[in-house]
Amino acid sequence: MIQTVLDIQAIRKDFPILNRKVNGKPLVYLDNAATSQTPQQVIDVIVDYYSNYNANIHRGVHTLSQQATDAYEQARIKIQKHFNIAKPYEVIFTSGTTHGINLVANGFSSILKKGDEILVSAMEHHSNIVPWQMLCERTGAILKVIPMNQDGELVMEEYSQLLSSKTKLVFCNHVSNALGTINPIKKIIEKAHGLGAAVLVDGAQASPHIKADLQELDVDFYTVSAHKMCGPTGVGMLYGKEEWLKKLPPYQGGGEMIAEVTFEKTTYADLPHKFEAGTPNICGGIAFGAALDYMNLIGFDAISQYENELLEYATEQLLTIDGLKIYGTAAKKTSVISFNIEGIHPYDIGSILDKLGVAVRTGHHCAQPIMDFFKIPGTVRASFSFYNTKEEIDVLVSGVKRAKAMLE
Amino acid sequence: MSIKEIQEEIVDEFSMFEDWMQRYEYMIELGKSLPLIDEKYKTDDNIIKGCQSKVWVHAELEDDKLVFTADSDAIITKGIIAILIRVFSNQCPKDIIEADTDFIDEIGLKEHLSPTRANGLVSMIKQLKLYAIAYQTQLK
Repeated sequence: MIQTVLDIQAIRKDFPILNRKVNGKPLVYLDNAATSQTPQQVIDVIVDYYSNYNANIHRGVHTLSQQATDAYEQARIKIQKHFNIAKPYEVIFTSGTTHGINLVANGFSSILKKGDEILVSAMEHHSNIVPWQMLCERTGAILKVIPMNQDGELVMEEYSQLLSSKTKLVFCNHVSNALGTINPIKKIIEKAHGLGAAVLVDGAQASPHIKADLQELDVDFYTVSAHKMCGPTGVGMLYGKEEWLKKLPPYQGGGEMIAEVTFEKTTYADLPHKFEAGTPNICGGIAFGAALDYMNLIGFDAISQYENELLEYATEQLLTIDGLKIYGTAAKKTSVISFNIEGIHPYDIGSILDKLGVAVRTGHHCAQPIMDFFKIPGTVRASFSFYNTKEEIDVLVSGVKRAKAMLE
Repeated sequence: MSIKEIQEEIVDEFSMFEDWMQRYEYMIELGKSLPLIDEKYKTDDNIIKGCQSKVWVHAELEDDKLVFTADSDAIITKGIIAILIRVFSNQCPKDIIEADTDFIDEIGLKEHLSPTRANGLVSMIKQLKLYAIAYQTQLK
């Protein structure tokens, strides 16, 4: 039996989308690792913004602009507090995790020299591999990969051996999107710092489940997307330690990021505006703050405890199906299950589940190297959030059984 | 039979089914009768781009008619390509180029027609027609 302090039925009422039907069946939304759903409280903030104080920020003297600026800067402080960041200007608003990674990768092109090394983990999303390959092409730096084992855990001994005085940057996700593995980032950071390398952690998949204390982790850069944590798409944050953000050059030129401009020379604005060129996603930023409020009200301890129970229940139930194999069996993982049934293509299972109203992800999850590692074309991935129920997992399991019967 | 006649025949067959499950089961059945591509043609060059599963197609001209063979690593996709090949194989390139594919809507697979669908039905049709265009030029 699943026992939780959370009133799941009350929580579900906060999410209007959970009431809809798909192909005539009640929606069972199990694609939370791709994007989370949005509660009414956050939708209300978006509607309120456009209904009452939509204005451009940071430059208007009029009331609307002041109100929008205040709300946007308040959101920055909410993010700062949530991630226990030392200073508000170490929070850079971005369009999402990919933008944050590219901002750092671009900044490092003026720091890296030929022969320097960048380490990335073997379980990265494509968006986490390509910017580093581009950076290496530009600078002559070398990209090295921290391998993983069959459970989908990083091999820490190999990591220690790869680290050297040539290593300038280590890049790793906090949680793997395809496997759900929670990586030991505290150890990764400590070891990298021991040799003077900076560490950027992609927190996109961790942020809906784990409240990261960035000062305690002592991480140099950390980046997340709002839409994975009940916020809107198109907005996210990059945290950077002040010393690093001062060292990195601006990423994009434009309004907001300048202090003074003449045709001869431009002086850049102070942090965080140096990295926030142009009109930002103002409403998105404010809604991001509201999403953090919402999740914190529920509480991350209760969320992760309940999601763990869902994960255990789903793992147990799915494994009763003959020929079903789960990929990513790390000791520490979030509520993500990637699986295949022997002899059946994940796409076929996903198509039939969709007909039954169950939303899962199929394919390589933008993590082809992981699929190559396991020698599979892809997986079916079910990812659970705190608004999912045990009954929904039952629908998933019976749907997979039905698909199996049809496809075998 | 002409392309139109085959399409009508397929629409007829699918009209017997009451729900999506029966349609899918029949599609899976049709996949089993797909004229399989020779292993030597199962190369990366013959993979249709835009499908989440792999689909290989090969075309050959026999007596001025185009003969298709194919395969897929996913069963539902195999059913879809089997339906398309049943319609287009053993037809003149010109007729393939000019044929419409409205019958897909009528057999309840409309949702697969969106260009963003991961199974790439649209890419499959496009590829079959591209073969027809290529061989048509050759015939001239």
